[in-house]
Formats: sequence, C-alpha cells, structure tokens
Amino acid sequence: MRLGELVPAPVARLPWGVLLLLTAIGGFGTVVLFSAAGGSVTPWASSQALRFCIFMGMAITLSWVPARIWGAIALPGYAITLAALFGVEMLGAVRGGSQRWLELGPIRLQPSEFMKPFIVLAVAKFYDMLPPNETRKFGAIWPAAILIGLPAGLVMLQPDLGTALMITGGGVVVMFLAGIPLRLFIGGALGLALFIPLAVNYLLHDYQRNRVLIFLNPENDPLGTGYHISQSKIAIGSGGLLGKGFGNGSQVHLDYLPEGHTDFVFATMAEEWGLVGGLLLILAFMLLIRWGMNVAHRAPDRFSRLAAAGLATTIFYYVAINLMMVMGLAPVVGIPLPLVSFGGSAQMTTLICVGILMSINRASTRQPSW
Amino acid sequence: MSGPIKIVTEAAQSFSFSRRATMLGFMQAGVGVLLASRMAWIAVAENERYELLAESNRVNLTLLPPRRGWIVDRAGTPIANNRTDFRIDLIPERLTDAEGTLGKLSQLLALDTEALNRIRRDLQNARGFTPVPVAENLDWDRYASVVVRQPELPGVAPTQGYARNYPSGAAVAHLVGYVGGATADQYKETKDPLFLTPGFKLGKDGLEKALESTLRGAPGAKRVEVTARGRPVRDLETRRDVPGKTVRLTIDAGLQEYAARRLGNESGTVVVIDTLDGSILTMASMPAYDPNSFSDGISQIEWGMMSSDDHLPLTNKALQGLYPPGSTFKPATALAALRSGIDPDRTVYCGGGYQLGNRFFRCLGRHGSVNLHRAIARSCNTYFYTMGREVGMDAVAAAARELGLGAEYPLPFPSQRYGTIPDPAWKLRKYDQKWTPSDTLNAAIGQGYILTSPLQLAVQTSRIASGRRLVPRILADTPIVAPMLDVPPERMELIRSGMDEVVNGAGTAVRSRLQLDGIRMGGKTGTAQVRRIAGGARGGMNVPWKYRDHGLFIGFAPVEQPRYAVSVVIEHGMSGSGAAAPVARDVLTYLFDRQRALDSLAVLEENWGGDIRTRMAVKADAYRAARANPAPVDPAADTATPPSGNTE
Repeated sequence: MRLGELVPAPVARLPWGVLLLLTAIGGFGTVVLFSAAGGSVTPWASSQALRFCIFMGMAITLSWVPARIWGAIALPGYAITLAALFGVEMLGAVRGGSQRWLELGPIRLQPSEFMKPFIVLAVAKFYDMLPPNETRKFGAIWPAAILIGLPAGLVMLQPDLGTALMITGGGVVVMFLAGIPLRLFIGGALGLALFIPLAVNYLLHDYQRNRVLIFLNPENDPLGTGYHISQSKIAIGSGGLLGKGFGNGSQVHLDYLPEGHTDFVFATMAEEWGLVGGLLLILAFMLLIRWGMNVAHRAPDRFSRLAAAGLATTIFYYVAINLMMVMGLAPVVGIPLPLVSFGGSAQMTTLICVGILMSINRASTRQPSW
Repeated sequence: MSGPIKIVTEAAQSFSFSRRATMLGFMQAGVGVLLASRMAWIAVAENERYELLAESNRVNLTLLPPRRGWIVDRAGTPIANNRTDFRIDLIPERLTDAEGTLGKLSQLLALDTEALNRIRRDLQNARGFTPVPVAENLDWDRYASVVVRQPELPGVAPTQGYARNYPSGAAVAHLVGYVGGATADQYKETKDPLFLTPGFKLGKDGLEKALESTLRGAPGAKRVEVTARGRPVRDLETRRDVPGKTVRLTIDAGLQEYAARRLGNESGTVVVIDTLDGSILTMASMPAYDPNSFSDGISQIEWGMMSSDDHLPLTNKALQGLYPPGSTFKPATALAALRSGIDPDRTVYCGGGYQLGNRFFRCLGRHGSVNLHRAIARSCNTYFYTMGREVGMDAVAAAARELGLGAEYPLPFPSQRYGTIPDPAWKLRKYDQKWTPSDTLNAAIGQGYILTSPLQLAVQTSRIASGRRLVPRILADTPIVAPMLDVPPERMELIRSGMDEVVNGAGTAVRSRLQLDGIRMGGKTGTAQVRRIAGGARGGMNVPWKYRDHGLFIGFAPVEQPRYAVSVVIEHGMSGSGAAAPVARDVLTYLFDRQRALDSLAVLEENWGGDIRTRMAVKADAYRAARANPAPVDPAADTATPPSGNTE
C-alpha cells in the first residue's frame, strides 16, 4: 500500500472510507442546520460541527482500543449504566417529574444513551460466555431477557418509548444472532401483536397513546399531535424530485414544520434537496450500516461478531425509526436522525458505536473491502 | 444441513451467525428500499398535492372586497354608485397598548362609548391578524389625522375602500334597498371568507338584495407570506377585484326623486308605468329611511324612531302595502260589464243607493239616470252595484285579473304582496262561507275583501290605457311582453273616455286637470274606507289620522294616445280627489314640463319646511331631544290598534 509509505502507519490504517462517509453525512447535516436557522451558523450549525469534530476524535480514539477490552468492560459498563439509570429514576421521583439526564458540570448526559451500545455489548458478552451447547436451552434466554428488561423498563418509566424500543431492539437482535431458536422470535412476534393493543391501552402515557392513535389517522388532528406528521409529509412531498433549493424551504423557515432541526430534520433537508438529497442520505446510511455488518461477518471471535452486528443494527434502528416516523410510517416516538439532527446524544452514541466497530474491524485479520 | 441441530458446536454457531446476519442484512436493506420508495411516492407521486398544501400554508390570502356594480336609471344616471371610503381598522396582533391606542383614536375620530364598547368586544374575540373595524365612512380630515399619527399608533391600519352611495337618499330607499355587513348566519350558510372581510357589504333589501349576484363582483386578493403563527413576512402579488356589473333600470331617476319629494309629509306611494312597454318609471314610497346611513349600520335611536313611526318608513308600500282600491276599482267592474255584453248606453237609475233585501247600499249622491260613461265620471256606486250583481262576481274577478290585479309580477324584489281578488271559490276556501250578493256589491265598488298594491293599481291603469297585457318591468334589459287584452279596443276606449270625463269634464277630479296645453290626463279617484264607522260617518277630518280613509288615484296621459299610467295612494289622505289626484297631476306634469312641475314643488316644499333631507334631519333631532329629556307626551294617544294600510 503506497499510502502506508507516506503517512505513519496508525493513520494509514484508519478506515478512511468510513471516516469520509461519516464526515459527508455530518457535513451535510451541518449544512441543513445552517439553512434551518435561516442561513446562519448560529445557533445550530456551528455547535453541531464542533461537537461532530469532538465525537469523531473520540471515535478514532475508541478505534485504537483493543477489541478484547470491549468484552472485558461490557458487563461492568452495563452495570454502571444501569445504576445511573436507577439514579436518574430516583432523582426524577424525588423531584416530582421526568428526569432523563445527569448533570455533570456543563454536560448533561443521558444514561439511556450509553445503554444503547452497552446493552449490545452486555448481551453479546453473555452469549460469548455461554457454552455453545447451552444455546438452545432455557438458560440461554432468561438472563438475556433480564439484561434487556431492566434498562428497557427503567427507560419506559422516564418515560421514553423510543429509547426503550431501541434498547430492547438492540438486545433482541443480538439474541437472534446468537442462535436462539427461530420459533421463539416468531412466537414472540405473535405475542407482541397481541400485546401491543393492550400496551397502547394500559401501559402508555396519554400523550404516547395519542401519538399512536394519531399516527393511524393524522388528518383527525391536524393542529394537534397529527400536525407534526402532516407538516413533515408536506415538507417532503412539496420538495419533489430536486427540492426547492438550498435556503428556500418555506415549511421550516416559516415555522410550519415543528422540530425541523431535531427529530424532523430529514423533512427540512428533503424540502430543499428533494428526492435526490433524500435518497443520497438514505444510501449513505445504508452504506455505513452495511460496512458495520461486514465488520461483523469478518470479526475474529463470537463476541466481536455479535457486538459488531448489534452495534450496526443500533445505528440502523436510529435511521429506520426516524425516517419511518418522518415519512408517516411509524408513530412519532422521538428518535433523532444520527449525525444530522441537532443534539449531541445521538451523535455521541452513533460515533461510539462506530468507534467500537472500527476497533473490532482493526482486530480482524484483514481489512474488509467495501 | 437440515433438521434440528442437537449439539451446537462453535462451527455450527458460526455458521448460524453468518446465516442470520445475512438475513438481518437483507431485512435492513429491505427497510432501506421501503424508505426510499416511500419517499419517492411522497415526493413524486403526491408532489402536486403537497405543493399545494405547502403553498396554502405559506400564503395568506387577504380578500379585497369587490367594488359593487352601479345601479343606474334608464338614461344612465346613477341611482346607486360607490364613493371612496376611508376606514380605520385595528390589527390586534400588532397592538402594543390597546387602551392607549383606543383612547387616542376616540379623540381623533370622536368615537362614542357605544362604538368603543363594540371595538373592545371585537378585539377580545379577534384572533391574530384578522382586522377589527374601528370606523368607516370617515371624511378626509379625520382619516388624514390618523394617517399622520400612524407611526405612534402601532396596530392601527387606515385603508381606502369603497362604500355604497345613493345620491337621491331616501327618495330611492325602498326601490334599491340598502347594503350592510354580512351576518354570522349568512357566513355559516355560505362559508364564504369574503363575508368576514371588513368593508364587505351585501344587499339587505330591495334591488340591492334581489340583484346581489349581479352587483357583487369578485373579490381581489392580497397574497402575503406568513409564518405558522400568522406573522406577515412579505407581500406577494395582489390580484385586482372584478367589479360587479352595472344594472340599468327602467326608472327615471329625476321622476323618482320628484315623486318622492312631491309626496311631502304624507305616507304614500307613486308608481308611474310607461304604457308603451310596461317600464316602471318611478316607484316611490314615502316616508323612507336614508339608505346611505343604513349602510353604516344605524344606531338604536334611529331604529327606534323608524320602527315606532306610524308612517312606516321601513316598509316599501308600493309593493307591500295592500289597500282596498275603492272607486279606482270601478273601471274593472265596468270592464266586466262590457265583456259580459252589457250595452254601454244602457242606463241605471240612481236614487241614492241600491236596495238588496232589507239592506240599503248607499251611493255618494243621487245621480239620476246614468250610463257607463257617466257612472265612471261621477263614480256612481248604484250603477256598479247593479252591474256587479248582473254579471256576477266571477266575471268581475276575471276582469280584474285581466287588468293585472291580484297578480304577482316577475320583478326582482325580495318580497311583493299580491293582495286579494275575491270570488266565491276563494271565500269558500278561505272562510268556509258562501259568497253573498252583498259581497258582490261591496266588491263591485272596490271595497269588501278586495286588496291591491299600489303597483297593481298602476299596472291596471297601464292596461286600461294601452289595451295591452303589459307586464311591469324594472330591469331595462328584460324582454317586453305585451299581447292584446281580451277586450275589443273600442270598448276599452269607452272606459278611458269615462276617465277623461273624471278629470276634464264634470267628474270628481276636475281640480287636478293638467295645466298643460293640449295634454289631458284621464283618471279615476278612489277613497277607501279604513274602518266602518258607525252611523255612516266617513273617515274625514274629525277622526284620528290612522282611522281616516285612504285617498287613491289612478290616471294616464295623454288621453288620446296614452303614454304614462300612474297610481297614487295617500294613506289616510281622506279622499282621492283631495290628496292623491293633485300628486298624480304634478308627477305627470314633470314628465311633460319639468320646470313647471319643479316650480310648483318649490312652493310646496317651502311650506313643508324644506326638502326631504332637511325635514328628516329636523325630525330625527326632535326625536333625539325628546328621548334625551322625555317631555310629557300623552301616553294614551298611540296605544290603539296597529297602523292601518292593510285594513279591509
């Protein structure tokens, strides 16, 4: 490799393709935020770009951590994060309201964000430790179920349906990849189909239930909860093939589209860049996720394989749930579009996932070509 | 490898992983394709729909009320037109200090407390950027005084619009009606946003109401880009309004105003019809309101004054007043006799009345031996009692209908009353009673159950004058339909010559002869009893106004070649010859010699205390003064039966 002769080996060994892809997505997100602020770097674009650089540095740093370390810290990290979740739950109860974050000086950290990668690592570690023979026994299921159920339940109490879904999804996908019998998943899916109507009626908060009901028929409540979905579809639909042009999106500039810089940033982008911009962004995310899945395929050991596939899937959940929500295919559950939506949490979680993936990638015998 | 794996090895596990991971990868790719196609569907297939929605989000349409079409007379003189209206609105969202601004405005515009309370109420109900009207119809000075101070009055929006203007004021009130703001119910019915636009007025009565769709036009629109909260960002293009169409009437505006003025302080109507084509040249009903002040919405005080006036200034009496025609009906009875083959030279002896069983029906005098001609000229009841009995009520009613009485005409007015031409079948239907000979006698002289409107009387006269079935028309572009009547022309001529005699011979209206060379007016007076007064006393000077007889007159001129037909009804005018015939004379004089008519009117108006506007103002002031400090008004005077007009 000629590049290796010109630059120091550690730099040359970085997965440049992925870094470029991430930078492209993050850069595009910054541009969209610049337009959403009416053509201004404040208040969103500049701080988003700064944070992106910081978290990219963090991801590169993580990529140098030896892959086996992740297996070692999986369970302790999970335990600490779970304790933090308990902590905020207690604090919230004490303060008499919902409390999702810990304030550590200037940074507000949501423990539930850290739980998204750690649930994957913890469940992967559990199946790594489990002797292959035990995989098809009941003992292979209930510890993982508890590992997943505790944090998901705590997050549901916050209440944060979207994050709870992602934690559950992250854990369950690792169980699936670990070889838990397929019929359990099919049975589980059937059970869920029966359980969801009950959950909607009895477990969800009023506003969450409303979102689900409005999702089924947004035109019923055009000025209430359905307003988000309607305005988002208007923004995407009116963008057409090529969009209205950079800085010309009326939906976000005239405040018709709520949260056009956070959860609904994709609609903001689609209005100005059209179908072309949207498809490019979807393609970029799909490439990123495919790269993650390829890292899993090539990973040297069972833990790395499970962890890599779970982390890639976590990123996939972000993108898929957000886009389905924005396009009116899923209820509004408050999942941001990673690297594009304004806000540090999803950005950080995504880049932690990418950092660990790069670390596992580095441990593979050879670089996956993609 | 098929079938369950009993013992799971690491190799098997690895294989299972890559199989499942691949499956997962495909599922993820599937979701990606789903998302991509969903987006393509929204952005391409449904693009048009969403573009419209985005545009309707972005653009706020402010309607500009259309200029109303003019109403002009036959010569094109405006009866209703538009003048520039200076108005002030408030934009609630931009108000910083509502009370302070209102205080300054009330100083500048001299707003009274009633108006201020209304504005406060509107402000509370107003949302966002919908303007609240403060004052309209301002004069330039007042308007300018606000415009100059606009920088210190945030939220105050002075605008120029158009307001309805009626140059002749009260003289045309009942004819054209008036305009006013739309009611909440009207908006609910139509959901037309124009109805909520400040400054928009629609027809409330008369032709303004009936011809609304023609006169309205299409609103213009100001397009403004607004944010989700309604804050205007910038002005986009503005579409001009399409003014309503001009409507040309058959009315002669000068004649209309003259007739209204000539009615003076009386409560009455004048209708003039062109006997060539049925055109209504004038249809005056007085007293009336000033439609100019009605457009702005009248005050409680004005309304109270109008609705308590026993001269009924709010009623169009030409179309809605119903009166027993009295002797003006006699030409119809004469026609019935002629159509039934009665010889016009046959004489009936009048000894002062007609004996029917044990009842004696009076005549106004002892006319001796009368034929048809003399009977009309002298208005001999005995002759018409006799003829009525001889030809029967069905024949009389048929002749009356042939002359257009009891009919509803195809005129563009919101309401017309068509009165009653009774016959035996009608009485059975209405009262479940048999028709009696005494009913026939009463009907034959235009009393009893007969009720007609002043317009119908004029139509009757125009048909007698022309011999044709004229249909009254008021829109200049309506087709003229006038076949011959079912009467030989020479027979109709007999009736006309009787009517000629009424005015120009030894008749009841000789004092109202036209003072014009070579032009004679033929006519027929009528005095209609308002209520039967015991002892046979007539309703003259010695009874309260509202029980006095109505004075009626129908006439046409010139006698030889009739061109104009007129009907005049003076409510409680006591007699047709004294009250109604002189008005008809002057109105017809106006048509032949304008200056002479205006000169004689000038003398009259001086005695009445000025023109219509002046007298109405004096009356309103007096009313207001009386309301302000209630003078000792005798309370018993006005508590009896409702004002008449429709009494049989």
